[in-house]
Amino acid sequence: MNDRTDIPPPVCRIAGLRHRYGARRALDDVSLEIPAGRRVGFIGPDGVGKSTILGILAGLKKIQRGDVALLGGDMRSASYRLQVCSRIAFMPQGLGQNLYTTLSVRENCDFFGRLYNFSRPERDARIRELLAATRLAPFADRPAGKLSGGMKQKLGLCCALIHDPDVLVMDEPTTGVDPLSRQQFWKLIDEMRFRHRGMSILVATAYMEEAEHLDWLVMMAGGRVLAAGTPGELKALSGKETIEDAYIALLPEERRAGHRVFAAPPRAPSADGAAIEAQHLTKRFGAFTAVEDVSFTIPKGEIFGFVGSNGCGKTTTMKMVTGLLPPTAGEAYLFGGAVDAGSIAMRKRIGYMSQTFSLYGELTVRQNLTLHAHLFDLPAAAIPARVEEMSADFDLGNVMDDQAERLPLGIRQRLSLAVAAIHDPEVLILDEPTSGVDPIARDHFWELLAGLSRERQVTIFITTHYMNEAGRCDRVALMSQGRVLACDNPEELTRRRKCRTLEEAFIAYMREDDDGDDREAETGGAGGLERPATILTPPARPESRRRFDIRRLFAVAHKETLELLRDPVLLLFALLVAPLLLLVYGYGINTDIDAIRFAVLDHDGTAASRAYVEHYTGSPYFRNRGRILSPLEMERGFQKLNYSLVIEIPPGFARDLKRERSPAVGVWIDGTMPFRAETAKNYAEAVHLAYLAEQPEAAALPVTGGAVQIESRYWYNPNVRSRLAIVPGALAAVLLLVPTMLTAVAVVREKELGSITNLYTSPVTRLEFLWGKQLPYIVVNAVNFFALIAIILWVFQIPFRGSFPALVVGALLYLVASTGLGLLVSTFTRTQIAALVAAFVLTMVPAFQFSGLLTPVSSLTGGAAFMARTFPAHYFLDISVGTFTKAIGFQELATHYLVLAAMCVALTATTVVLLNKQEK
Amino acid sequence: MDRIAHIYRLGLKELISIRHEYILIFFLVYSFSALIIVTAKGTGLQVNNASVAIVDEDRSPLSARIRASIRKPYFQTPRDLTFPEIGGTLARNAVTFIIDIPPGFQTDILAGRRPEIRIDVDGTAIGHAKMGTTYLKKMIAAEISAYLLGERQTPAPVVQQTVRVRYNPNRQNTWFMGLMMLVNMITMLSIILPAAALLREREHGTVEHLLVMPLSPPEIMIAKVWANSLVVLTGAIFSLWLVVRGVLGAPVAGSFPLFLAGTVVYLFATTGLGILLATIARNGPQLGLLCVPVITPITMLSGAMTPLEAMPAFLQTAMSVFPTTHYVQFSSAVLIRGAGMAIVWEALAAMALIGAVLFLAALFRFRATFR
Repeated sequence: MNDRTDIPPPVCRIAGLRHRYGARRALDDVSLEIPAGRRVGFIGPDGVGKSTILGILAGLKKIQRGDVALLGGDMRSASYRLQVCSRIAFMPQGLGQNLYTTLSVRENCDFFGRLYNFSRPERDARIRELLAATRLAPFADRPAGKLSGGMKQKLGLCCALIHDPDVLVMDEPTTGVDPLSRQQFWKLIDEMRFRHRGMSILVATAYMEEAEHLDWLVMMAGGRVLAAGTPGELKALSGKETIEDAYIALLPEERRAGHRVFAAPPRAPSADGAAIEAQHLTKRFGAFTAVEDVSFTIPKGEIFGFVGSNGCGKTTTMKMVTGLLPPTAGEAYLFGGAVDAGSIAMRKRIGYMSQTFSLYGELTVRQNLTLHAHLFDLPAAAIPARVEEMSADFDLGNVMDDQAERLPLGIRQRLSLAVAAIHDPEVLILDEPTSGVDPIARDHFWELLAGLSRERQVTIFITTHYMNEAGRCDRVALMSQGRVLACDNPEELTRRRKCRTLEEAFIAYMREDDDGDDREAETGGAGGLERPATILTPPARPESRRRFDIRRLFAVAHKETLELLRDPVLLLFALLVAPLLLLVYGYGINTDIDAIRFAVLDHDGTAASRAYVEHYTGSPYFRNRGRILSPLEMERGFQKLNYSLVIEIPPGFARDLKRERSPAVGVWIDGTMPFRAETAKNYAEAVHLAYLAEQPEAAALPVTGGAVQIESRYWYNPNVRSRLAIVPGALAAVLLLVPTMLTAVAVVREKELGSITNLYTSPVTRLEFLWGKQLPYIVVNAVNFFALIAIILWVFQIPFRGSFPALVVGALLYLVASTGLGLLVSTFTRTQIAALVAAFVLTMVPAFQFSGLLTPVSSLTGGAAFMARTFPAHYFLDISVGTFTKAIGFQELATHYLVLAAMCVALTATTVVLLNKQEK
Repeated sequence: MDRIAHIYRLGLKELISIRHEYILIFFLVYSFSALIIVTAKGTGLQVNNASVAIVDEDRSPLSARIRASIRKPYFQTPRDLTFPEIGGTLARNAVTFIIDIPPGFQTDILAGRRPEIRIDVDGTAIGHAKMGTTYLKKMIAAEISAYLLGERQTPAPVVQQTVRVRYNPNRQNTWFMGLMMLVNMITMLSIILPAAALLREREHGTVEHLLVMPLSPPEIMIAKVWANSLVVLTGAIFSLWLVVRGVLGAPVAGSFPLFLAGTVVYLFATTGLGILLATIARNGPQLGLLCVPVITPITMLSGAMTPLEAMPAFLQTAMSVFPTTHYVQFSSAVLIRGAGMAIVWEALAAMALIGAVLFLAALFRFRATFR
């Protein structure tokens, strides 16, 4: 297709690439050669395979079928990927998806710099230059989560560029970013290309205006490449003026059907009064003012647009209007009434779509629609028809039974919108509803909105970053830093700034508003086009082709530590929970039954019977709960747990005793808890024997008393007090539960939040990643270990008799195993919910039942014995109890260490095998 | 009416979500089946399958008889040791009891010289040490007296003692352990499931989405309560019939409908506790760490695993604040002792009261967190 001579050797060659998700075909026989050193755009509607192809090129996704050669090597080869990944950078879809929200701007950059093994001075120098170039320097210490969307993308760019890649892959980097930030973002890209000549940029975009300015475009549809070439070539090919038109013209006939350029019919002014009214709304979060004195009135049936940079307060204002956030000052009115957060009736008249996808990803499209129809109390009979109607209106027909979370961003947005409109609300409040939606779908969507507004008098309050959409609103409010700068119809706003387009007018308004604060710094004053003075240090890429590099391990560990430190509540929990558990178990787990409660059913009622009972009452092992009168009462008392033993003296006891007829005293024991029953039985027999020994006819005692002496000696714990063994034993339980729970969500959380991408696309290996994550948790729990030892020694006052180094070494091995177990759980689960349940099920029962804490491991049978031996708890319990009470050391415990060490290896190996280095 | 429909629909949504979690379902099934069976069959506080060794320095017919008298199921078949090995074996936790029969033991017995048998016990094996020693002494004494007396009858003592154990005459540990493990699994899962589900909604922003719809916080919470309770209840019924009764062979004495009703009341309390925890924790790791010091103490110290009366008084009082303690009493009363409503109403009332308090606390926190 590209036999032209002026095109440099391609940066990548794709041949016969196919990819499917379940039954859905994402890429269908794609073959392509992409020229090097260009800005290459991938365009097309949602779900055509743009993200898939970029993911494959970045090494993120596994190649299912076909060949991909990038920078001259085969991307199917793991060793080549590891080698080439330091020449590729990837920015995933969504704002700051691969950033760590609690880490500061500088720390985020630093982490990526460390992953590529830059030395500290190099990192510092590069971060300084990159932050200066992106004008993020003033915000170096701000947590990434507190940045505006545009700034997040710039930070993402810094992180991607820190290792000076030859190929930069970006998946819709400007989606959801305001026009000014978008302009700055592209300018930045150009600067970077100026510095690093020959860098290839592969980018997916939903903005056709952006596509116009790229060097080379790949138009995609239905998992196939429609056409590829320079914008000029494509326009020439289709005979159209713009890329947007060219794309539509190049679509196969059947897909084009029904599309026409949309224009909203003018609104007939109505005198129905205001649907939404805001009066002097102000919202402060601490010292930060998010919204300041915002007032507007939206008449019924109007389409009212809110535009402004990311983080300017649009979403906050919307939330106050819906009643989700109470305003600090001012008042919002809906349909003339004050917004009352509790008013159910009012909520039925509103449809709200939030900026982030907030439907149920695990439900199918149909289930989501049906659920919301029910929740809005649509008549049950009308629901299936309504769901079908929405499916047709929003073009969801072919994905109705797909799980929402598996759909591309744009289709999810359409679903959210369908959900917001399903109950035919009078007011629609839509927060960036078209972010990431392709142009055709957006046009279609605006037709729907116009229809709702014009025909049904639905009031629409909408925010957008697309200026052509803002142009379709009846009125637009420009917002910046919590204030409304201007509010009028789009034509008037454009005219007032003497601009050609609304986009230019928007940028002009924003620049005017720059008055020496945040944005000033961010935009670099008037936003001159001059080249920055500094030139980045020439590419000095410390190549590390080693399979294991301690520096990368420390990079991950450092990042993990910072995240832990930024969550002081978690850290506090981590350090408080362990001592608390030890105290509770130490005091609570006890098997020394001091006193069996008993009652007497005395049918005799003589001095002799009372004398017999007196032996029990006088024994420290029994506590008399009084007399009962009938077997029926005995049954009730057992059931109510009043006592667990009853002594029944037969009628004529005294008489039979006198006549040496050997009367039989009955002892009834509650067998509910066999251990207690057993104990009670033994105590009762002992008291009975003591009674017999006191009788004059002691000769009648069972024999052997005289023939042999059976001596018992209790080693280590002469009085057999539970605490001496339970407390050091509980140490093993606590040091299993807490570390496992801490690490169990460590990996799965990154999967849920998206930062796992960094494992897929950076040179960090699985082992480095795992050990890096594990290290900080081992340290935290080592602190716990010493705190627990202190509690055992000084609170429980249990003397330490053995070798302390032996205990410490054992604890260390044990902590590696228990944190490793947590990481294993975290690796094979997909959601935090499953990880938590799995961690509990895998640790709770074994920690107590199979560790030897309550039952000696040597007496366990069957599956329990197997589990005890394959689980680390009992080996450390032996070490702990052994060193504390049995005065032993390394020599006696040698096999225990070996087994624990083997378990650490086995756990790590299993986790590494289960952890994917690529997305499936 | 609308409210009930909302609660029904939201609950169905919970069930659909769980259906897709294959790993979660695996662990649910595992905890209600294999884990209960393995634990009930293999572990227990009282002396069962205890490990014994014999240092037989006598090698006489009598010492062989003593060796043979060490019986299952209380003890394993004794293994042989030599005298110098005693200390090391105990230190390594290899066996709990070591019986030392000195040289010339049989000769000394027959000569009436009162020889000494020594039992060395690992004092850290707290469940077994004392009672196991008592059993060993009894067994050895009985064997020696049988050896000395032959077939002769021992004279009857002045007073005889007949011990009868109610409800579980053979003191079958598997029954009790099986039931208590079931209680523990119900407790653990009914707290974690709703807690994790709510936390996920919180992290994904779907709670906020629900709050702009015509739904009230109690509806959202009750939906979580019923759906997760239903999941746990289904598992519990299946486990009670197939596992506890079927595999473990426990006789279920009392009224099944009463047990079911009590379990529903208990689940109301524990799911409320789960929701309360989820409104306190801000992310997954925090929730995990918050659940550990709630779930493990209430399952370990509720009287299910160790006797309640062995705990210090202040802990006994503290534990009565948790619904689990009452549920352990309730379920053992109904299922083991066959108690009726007249006996267990107090436990039921306590669970309902605690449940109401927890639900209101969760509701309060829910409003405070999501507004």
